[in-house]
Amino acid sequence: MNNQAALFQYLLQLGDTNLIIGHRLSEMCSRGPMLEEDIALTNFALDHIGQAEVLLHFAGNVENNGRSEDDLSYRRDAEDFMNLKLVEQPNTDFAFVIGRQFLLDVYQCLLYQKLSKSTNDELAGMAARFLKESIYHQRHSAAWIERLGQGTNESLGRMQHALNQLWPYTAEMFVDNPAWANLIESGVVPSATELKKEWYERVSKVLTLSGLNMPKASAEDDSLNQSIYLEQLLAEMQYLPRTYPDAKW
Amino acid sequence: MMTKELTAVEELVWERLSMIPDPEIPVITIVELGVVRDVQWDGETLKIFITPTYTGCPAMQLFVAEIQAAMHDQGFDKLEVIHVYSPSWTTDWLSVEAKEKLRKYGIAPPVLKTSEMNPFEEVGNIPCPRCGSENTNLKSQFGATACKSLHTCNDCHEPFEYFKHF
Repeated sequence: MNNQAALFQYLLQLGDTNLIIGHRLSEMCSRGPMLEEDIALTNFALDHIGQAEVLLHFAGNVENNGRSEDDLSYRRDAEDFMNLKLVEQPNTDFAFVIGRQFLLDVYQCLLYQKLSKSTNDELAGMAARFLKESIYHQRHSAAWIERLGQGTNESLGRMQHALNQLWPYTAEMFVDNPAWANLIESGVVPSATELKKEWYERVSKVLTLSGLNMPKASAEDDSLNQSIYLEQLLAEMQYLPRTYPDAKW
Repeated sequence: MMTKELTAVEELVWERLSMIPDPEIPVITIVELGVVRDVQWDGETLKIFITPTYTGCPAMQLFVAEIQAAMHDQGFDKLEVIHVYSPSWTTDWLSVEAKEKLRKYGIAPPVLKTSEMNPFEEVGNIPCPRCGSENTNLKSQFGATACKSLHTCNDCHEPFEYFKHF
């Protein structure tokens, strides 16, 4: 794979992760436990969809095949999506929404921090902006982890259950795709394995403070397949543009 | 924005842009906000470079529409509004005067430089824009727009918004 194709794939992976979590969060609109939280989750969704728009637009330029951010979002099938499997997991309950968000936020803070020093100026500028958004996300989700962990037995139990269920999907964050070796070497993108130590420290600090246990990793975590949930999500997200191509309003 | 010698017509463009208020916070303009980065001529075409504040900020489309309308009024019909992403927009670009306008309007201005932003550190109390007290609480990091958080003052007992350092 040449560098251009590798960068396209890398941008797709970042863009898809943001697009899918943005859609998941948009499903929470009007379903937050209180008005402020409804507004917060909707703000999160807006930031992630905005990041996806910028990244997929850039990806389309890099690919140089005439595909726009909308084409990449609405006219690809599940098998072509490269998002982290963590973000396609459903909004089972509020603890799942917060747990999934917190695990992602810490990862994105660390990733964007490194990416903001990319040798690719355009990517560095985008990451610097995304980083600030992720910092606010992380503060918010970490505060909720603490609140639920230190709340009632019910909230503690649900939070722990959500983390245990989500944990296997975190291994994927720290696996370097061999196709990106050249990008890593030339300083365009950071190595994912390098993020793991700091991520683990931050997550374990917040969980410990909240009276929650760090879930156990398993050797099988690295080889999880895409879930049925992504196809269901795409069926809803892509319905309109696929049924009425080029519809405008 | 870049510092360079401006031609009379460029000055006119900047002056006109400086009259466009932020749609959500009408006391400051899009130039004061730092959204307009540069004005250039490419032959007959006027190019205006803008940078988004928050990535998903819905006001961006409105910024573009307002810029187009204002330039059209001036007779500049060949216009391109171009988005740039580097350097990344920051509240560090707000002048002291712009921050004071925010405070008088009832919105606490950004207190920290973004270079001082640590991902995993808490922010201290934000001073109340009405009474100046630092005895305030954060209610929510997210408010009516992406750029503001919600707080309450424990001394004057008023709620207020904070223009988040970003």
